[in-house]
Amino acid sequence: MTTRTERRVGRTGGLIGDSPLRPDGIPKLKGEFEYAQDLTAAEMLWGATLRSPYAHARIVSIDLAPALAVGGVHAVLTADDVPGRGTFGLEQPDQPVLAGDYVNYWGEPVVVVAAEDQDTARRAAAAVVVEYEVLEPLVDPEEADRRDETFRRMKIRRGDQDITGDVIVDGYYEVGMQDQAPLGTEAGLAIPDGHGGVDLYATSQFVHVDHEQVVASLGLTSDQVRSHPTGIGGAFGAREDVNLHIHLCLLALHTSKPVKMVYHRSESFTGHVHRHPARMWYRHHADMDGNLLRVEAKVLVDGGAYASTTGAVLANACYFAVGPYRCDSVTVDGVGTRTNNPPCGAMRGFGAVQVCFAHETQMDRLAAALDMDSLDLRRRNALATGDAIPTTGQIIETPLPMTEVIDSLVAMPMPDATISDSPLSLPGGTGLTTEPTDVSRGVGYALGIKNLGFSEGFDDYAQARVRLTAEGATVETAAIEVGQGLVTVLAQIARSALGVSRATVRNVDTSMIDSAGSTSASRQTQLSGGATLEASTRLRARILHAYNGDDLDDDGVWSEGRLVTPMAEITEGSWEETATFRHPATTEPDENGQGVIHADFAVAGHRAVVDVDPELGLVRVVRVDTAQDVGKALNPQSVRGQIEGGIMQGVGLAIMEELIVEDGIIRNPNFTDYLLPTILDAPEVEALLIEKEGSWGPYGAKGVGEPPIISSAAAVAAAIRDATGRPIDRIPVRPQDIALL
Amino acid sequence: MTEPVMLTVNGIDYRVNVDMGRNLLSVLRNELGLTGTKEGCDDSECGACMVLLDGQPVNSCSYLALQAQGRSVTTVEGLTPADGLHPLQRSLLEQGGVQCGFCTPGIIMSARALLDRNPSPSEEEIRIGLSGNLCRCTGYAKILAAVAQTASDG
Ligand code: FES
Ligand code: FES
Repeated sequence: MTTRTERRVGRTGGLIGDSPLRPDGIPKLKGEFEYAQDLTAAEMLWGATLRSPYAHARIVSIDLAPALAVGGVHAVLTADDVPGRGTFGLEQPDQPVLAGDYVNYWGEPVVVVAAEDQDTARRAAAAVVVEYEVLEPLVDPEEADRRDETFRRMKIRRGDQDITGDVIVDGYYEVGMQDQAPLGTEAGLAIPDGHGGVDLYATSQFVHVDHEQVVASLGLTSDQVRSHPTGIGGAFGAREDVNLHIHLCLLALHTSKPVKMVYHRSESFTGHVHRHPARMWYRHHADMDGNLLRVEAKVLVDGGAYASTTGAVLANACYFAVGPYRCDSVTVDGVGTRTNNPPCGAMRGFGAVQVCFAHETQMDRLAAALDMDSLDLRRRNALATGDAIPTTGQIIETPLPMTEVIDSLVAMPMPDATISDSPLSLPGGTGLTTEPTDVSRGVGYALGIKNLGFSEGFDDYAQARVRLTAEGATVETAAIEVGQGLVTVLAQIARSALGVSRATVRNVDTSMIDSAGSTSASRQTQLSGGATLEASTRLRARILHAYNGDDLDDDGVWSEGRLVTPMAEITEGSWEETATFRHPATTEPDENGQGVIHADFAVAGHRAVVDVDPELGLVRVVRVDTAQDVGKALNPQSVRGQIEGGIMQGVGLAIMEELIVEDGIIRNPNFTDYLLPTILDAPEVEALLIEKEGSWGPYGAKGVGEPPIISSAAAVAAAIRDATGRPIDRIPVRPQDIALL
Repeated sequence: MTEPVMLTVNGIDYRVNVDMGRNLLSVLRNELGLTGTKEGCDDSECGACMVLLDGQPVNSCSYLALQAQGRSVTTVEGLTPADGLHPLQRSLLEQGGVQCGFCTPGIIMSARALLDRNPSPSEEEIRIGLSGNLCRCTGYAKILAAVAQTASDG
């Protein structure tokens, strides 16, 4: 017989702080995991979308006859066929399900088709004849600002507005439009229920909000739509907004058949929102000792044609415009413009990435102007617990180890200074364009800060249900696993808090549980983790109380070292607890942008080492070191996975990833021309996790998904500046920014 | 115009009628139900659709089903042993090389082809061997470690 002590040791494979094997790992490795792309249903039809070829036009007429004449076509629908409100949007329902009188961006959906197979659906969509009157697109965001074509303006005024520093540094910065490019494109299946309702299985980060959007836009009642979490190939913000969801439900209800859609990669590039391109004007004031006295900034993000989350992204950009530094005199003006460019919305980092590049470049320039070490300057001004966030005045109440981040980063070993002559290690790679003697090495640092969870008074919560049965514990949630390992960590929390060794996570649809909120804003481990912890803790207490025990494990309830009730007897009863976890309440900003705007903050720092061929403008990122404030690493392997993946996306943003938009048209909507980092571009990454408990997340955990991308791009840009002496005031850095071609 | 095509996939012979322009990926996924092979780009850029053709890694999105006639196709389903995991699968799992997992089957096929021709690759050789596979989630570090582990475990 195993003793209790052995049992306890035996189950440590999956408690908090461990890195157990992920439960969805085996099906994913075997190719058995079911992604939205892989779903099928009997008598299933395939959907396809006809999109606008113009950035701005009036729809004069639509002739559906040629599409309807294609054999195997079941439905060809336009805006006229959309019942209900007919529009959707995360912040405001300003986007038509299908364009009516006007198209406002290149790629806007105009017609949807259902047919017997995908090729037929695509052919039929292409056969629709739309007559457009082409209009002049508004594509210059500064012009949109002047015309007051905006989604939101931000005004932040804090402290004395008339301070002038001994040293003043001005800068203008740009960040290009990045794409999330999750490897799995948008896909989904809608199945009509035969009673006027529909079940939706589609790529998502937030099934409850998809549900809400489908219901409202199609004039359905809440109980007619069930949105089911389904397997997805990454997200990074791209799945926060609906895209094919409403179309699928519309087609399924219209044809009374299941309808599936999978976007082609080229369609995916227009089918989801992107990271907002930004233009930023800065002025930093400091005294001769390097104390930051005043920061003035204007931040413009272009939202494109429809609102999506532009208001919240802009707000975030403005709130973090100063970075993780103390400063008591701040002016920030922000604008989120409305143009005929592709709509922009959520992407990992959510506004904080863009301003980080600007404020960190400013800090380096300020250090140079002061003739000071840039890290000393940062250390001198670093935010800490008890300080006020420079923009909002909010007092930081939880641990904020900015100084530890800086010190750790400096202490991390530097790579070997010799430049390898292996072609793979040279900028330009096996193109063999660079001579080792031409390479110059640079080192750059950047620090970043971001909020955790939703802000500005949003009622941000997550619900989870924990059951105990003969099979062990089950956590039920509608929270989306995007790849980050939520299914692993929620089970770890349930095991640790309940005391049993078997725990699994079961995704349930919107009719079975309340919202878990979005898998974004680095929030699920904290929010759904918090709900899981609370439900598990309550369930354990109830069971102990019911059986007069003081401990619970796989064997059953114990009292003073004796087993009083075996598990088999306990699980004859029905045991479940549902908990809803809310993070500390936040407030809306006042007219000066002041208030308790955020629930918590996380900081990180990055040091990048790059090799540059200054003549050809080629860059290789050799190494990125990071120290990150994680609160408590509930699953260190997953935390490192987030860090390594986030840094790679930051490197992509720094040197290669940009959607080229000309006159509102994306010129590179494919992986041949939109470059993603490959394994040959992957730098060595060393990560130091700084654990300072005290946040409100379960066991003191902080969200970890976004900090890795916030300052990594800025650090790479700083390293290129160091290597070349060029200004490097825009990312992605292009060869011509380095080589003066 | 459809043609009857004889395909040998994971050791099983199939006869399917396919359009002459149809790519191998679409036949594997939609006709044979082998959905472990993924489409990430349909453009020969991402490697999510990687299969082995007579042991050589090939992007099945850019390969006509007709061209695979008479050759032996291996997909992730065929590489997985009847019970348990292939060593590559085991190390990817242990090292944390799987996040969303959409790239994973393609990575496994490329890594398998690499280790078949070079059982003890250097780090550089692993990078070259996997340079046709995009992963958007992991930053590649744990994938690199997993392939190195498989090689050193022999
Ligand atoms: S789908 Fe074939 S290479 Fe991307
Ligand atoms: S794990 Fe998501 S693309 Fe590789």
